[in-house]
Amino acid sequence: MARLEIKSVGKTFGAVRPADALSLAVEPGEIVAVFGPSGSGKTVLLRMIAGMFEPDEGDILIGGRSIVGAAPERRGIGMAFQNFALFPHMTARANIASGLRTKAGDGSAGSSKVQAISRLLKIEHVLDHVPRELSNGQKQRTALARALIGDPDVLLLDDPLRNVDAKLRYEMRLELPSLLRRGAASVLYVTQDYREAMAIADRIAVLVNGRFEQVATPEAIYTEPASVAVARLFGDPTINLAGIQPFEEHGALFAVISGARIRLGASDGPPPDRPCWLGIRPEHLAISRSAGDDSIRARILAITPMHDKAVLLLKLTDDTEWLAALPPRAADGATAEDVFIRFAPEDALLFDRTSGQRVCLSHRRQAA
Amino acid sequence: MEHVSLTGRIFRGAALTLILLFFMFPIVWILLMSFQSNEQILRIPPRLLFEPTLANYRALISGQLQTAAGNLEIPFMHNLWNSFVLSSAAVVLALILGVPAAYAFARFKFRLGETIAFTLLSFRFAPPLLVLLPLSLYYQQIGLNDTYAGIVWVYQLIALPLILWIVRGYFEDISPDIEHAYRLAGHSWGETFTRIAVPLAGPGIAAAGLLSFIFCWNNFVFALILASADKQPVTVGALAFVTASGIQYGQIAAAIVLSVTPTLLLALYAQRYLVEGLSLGAVKG
Repeated sequence: MARLEIKSVGKTFGAVRPADALSLAVEPGEIVAVFGPSGSGKTVLLRMIAGMFEPDEGDILIGGRSIVGAAPERRGIGMAFQNFALFPHMTARANIASGLRTKAGDGSAGSSKVQAISRLLKIEHVLDHVPRELSNGQKQRTALARALIGDPDVLLLDDPLRNVDAKLRYEMRLELPSLLRRGAASVLYVTQDYREAMAIADRIAVLVNGRFEQVATPEAIYTEPASVAVARLFGDPTINLAGIQPFEEHGALFAVISGARIRLGASDGPPPDRPCWLGIRPEHLAISRSAGDDSIRARILAITPMHDKAVLLLKLTDDTEWLAALPPRAADGATAEDVFIRFAPEDALLFDRTSGQRVCLSHRRQAA
Repeated sequence: MEHVSLTGRIFRGAALTLILLFFMFPIVWILLMSFQSNEQILRIPPRLLFEPTLANYRALISGQLQTAAGNLEIPFMHNLWNSFVLSSAAVVLALILGVPAAYAFARFKFRLGETIAFTLLSFRFAPPLLVLLPLSLYYQQIGLNDTYAGIVWVYQLIALPLILWIVRGYFEDISPDIEHAYRLAGHSWGETFTRIAVPLAGPGIAAAGLLSFIFCWNNFVFALILASADKQPVTVGALAFVTASGIQYGQIAAAIVLSVTPTLLLALYAQRYLVEGLSLGAVKG
């Protein structure tokens, strides 16, 4: 099995630069999700690896060998496409069998392989149907079977669950990790859904405007986002942000949010002497009716009850809007009611306002 | 289909009948003429009721034309055979050349690509007479005059642009991802072309082939200038019925019926593909 290595790959289309000095290594048996908003260059990256076009700069290696310039059929790559890309004039069986690299695959060994993989993907009963007669879920499973059957060194999945319905997406999220790890391939999984990335991947590479903002485990991405952009992409409801100018007083760090003075914790060093963004996730906010230290006054504009939580839309006194996600029971407030917001200082994230990069206040979270 | 009122339906029926009469009348009239003798045809006023005769067909098939001036040999069946050979060979050659070219124009952007494609199409704009004179001189020099190969070659002016442009549209309709998927599965470029692209563009290729067959079959002027009697197709061969002793209307009508039948049957059989093909692949099945 072979490692996939992308070394400072760049690509320019006219004025657009969908890939800019991209570097990433995927170990055999590892699933790395490439996550980013649409137009961030995810598909371009996959297509460069698959050989649909070549990078302008940099190198792509599989098992230490450069594959740049090699014909797609010689790269040892299996791929599942967002639009399935099944061959409409062939049965599901022939579609899957086409993924067998060896000519010997035409024999009985090949057909038993097709049987095995389709049993795994639960599409045995539709093997003799042509793609037109399959449901979207069955099409997706056929496309996956076709990509998996050749035991490729590298598996590329281009948003494979985009076109299947919600129930099936949940099912596939549960099944996919073990399916993808079966052949110990290096897996690159492109998705626009951060939940999917977090559910399936060992590591997530966050792609924004052709650059990797952060490559880390799902937990690290959520709790220690490298930048404001990453913090905003992960989490539903999205993270709350406030523009602050931190200052030090009596050995502690403070900030003024919407007129309220908030303690941000003990100051280990000199405070970041520049404008910052303070980010706090909606689920880390607490609401109470009593004022007190380190609380921000706000008014409840709307409450959206959901089965597992209630989302509150809050308006601070300086007119910024924040979201709070609370356990459904805890949200007993009423619309238009004045409340006070609190949060634990260690849940706050600080980002440099100009660069967007995260500012480490101390090492307390890494220690935790 | 939405609900249509009674008057609407009557009006539509009447309009359809009118159009059908307008377009079908010449064909029906020719069919009737082919079963009449010259005297019956030239009678004024013409009659719808007559005693049918198979003499015209008999003359055509036996190749013996009885005229007032005596017995005339006409190679009509040979002309029919020529038409078949020339059109088929021209279409096969145009498909061999045109389908890969159409694929290249559909899939790859290359220097002068659009210019070349348009130039090929512009052969259809030029009046054939414009190229015929120089062409016949060249043909005489290189020995292609009055050969099957020469006519098949010049028929490429008709068939190649048609196939190129219709099939190109079909290739453009195939998602490139489908071809990429096949290549990633370990198949070469050539295999992908023959096993994926060509079968998927199949209806378009069939329609383009059929259409160019009909256009080649109907061509008159190329073979008139570039070929002598024993290489000429039916369209030119029909001239033989304009004889010294008069025009043989009955035989001409029978000849038309015989020469139209093969293409008509072919077109009826492939009607669905034909309409699809003409819409340049815009309608997907």
